[in-house]
Amino acid sequence: MWHEISGNFCYVFPILVAAIVVRAAYVLYWTGRSLRASASERVRTLIVLGSGGHTAEMLSILNVLQKDKFVPRYYVAAVTDNMSLQKARVLEESLVQQGKNSGRDILEAAQFMQIYRSREVGQSYFTSIGTTLIAIVHALWLTLQIRPQVIICNGPGTCIPLCVSAYLFKVLGLRWSTIFYVESIARVRKLSLSGLFLYKLHLVDQFVVQWPQLQKKYPRAHYVGRLM
Amino acid sequence: MGVMGNGIESRKTVFVTVGTTCFDALVKAVDSQQVKDELLRKGYTDLLIQVGRGTYVPSKFSGEDGSLAVDYFTFSPSIADYLRSASLIISHAGSGSIFETLRLGKPLIVVVNEDLMDNHQSELAEELADRKHLFCARPQTLHQTIKVMDLESLIPYPPGDAAPVANLFNNFLGFPAD
Repeated sequence: MWHEISGNFCYVFPILVAAIVVRAAYVLYWTGRSLRASASERVRTLIVLGSGGHTAEMLSILNVLQKDKFVPRYYVAAVTDNMSLQKARVLEESLVQQGKNSGRDILEAAQFMQIYRSREVGQSYFTSIGTTLIAIVHALWLTLQIRPQVIICNGPGTCIPLCVSAYLFKVLGLRWSTIFYVESIARVRKLSLSGLFLYKLHLVDQFVVQWPQLQKKYPRAHYVGRLM
Repeated sequence: MGVMGNGIESRKTVFVTVGTTCFDALVKAVDSQQVKDELLRKGYTDLLIQVGRGTYVPSKFSGEDGSLAVDYFTFSPSIADYLRSASLIISHAGSGSIFETLRLGKPLIVVVNEDLMDNHQSELAEELADRKHLFCARPQTLHQTIKVMDLESLIPYPPGDAAPVANLFNNFLGFPAD
């Protein structure tokens, strides 16, 4: 009996691994290719907020985003960051006042969540391996709850576990999502660590930088002017 | 009344901000006699310092004897009013206070904190200084920057626009642009 199971496992395991590898390659192939299938749909949108100038840049994008298309919106910020979600809440409340969302809709239109940080400012790169693993598990849980179709992020460390778990969801066929990454305006000559990671691993569908010299260095990136 | 009114009008305030950071080197630099002398020579009358989380405490002066009046505070929920009423702003290199100041069209000296480990912030300040939107200094060279700066040489910063980025998203998803 046991031999039978382990014998089967000998076949099943390599097949499973091969299937996952093929699927992972398939996902990478389609990343960055426009699907153009959702023209009139609404998309569940995950917006990753971060402190230190990141939120101001993200809010400038949200101000011009078509709020009736990118809805519902799920805002995620680090647990240690109290300011960013508050700023997003102010923006969402102003939308209600402008009549762009009816008051009844707000809870459905926007939700606010927190995530464990993968790395605090000043934390060593070695210990951040452990905290990053915890953050990835938490990110998987959030991704399961949110099931985002679009992810917009601009560089705080918290976007890494969320983008990785979104990629795993794609590989497992649980949810396809489009990832937009906008590098911070503070990055003029070099990408941030988050940006470099996502760029090199081809995890992002559209990668935007805010300085032309950075676009020359990273040709897959787009430059369409500055946010601030 | 009239005398007081004139007095207020002729005051020129320099506002210094370190944001939420700890940047004693900047507070120390603006509190130095060298920097204060240069500011006085340029016609500034008041120095207001937002010292943040730092431990260095500058000395207050009323400025009645014709010297620079110096005052400080730790934090404020919004520095917008201080920026608006200042004639010159000396700031840390955080993008928040840089763009808040540039949007108001105020002359700005950005001082880069060399003690930060991952000092990418100098990139932004140096780029904007190359484009003549602001002056960029280090704590120890601040007095020289003030001495040689020519406010007339500054070029107003054209505000950014997020619409092209949103359009990029829309195009990719197949949404019609606004």
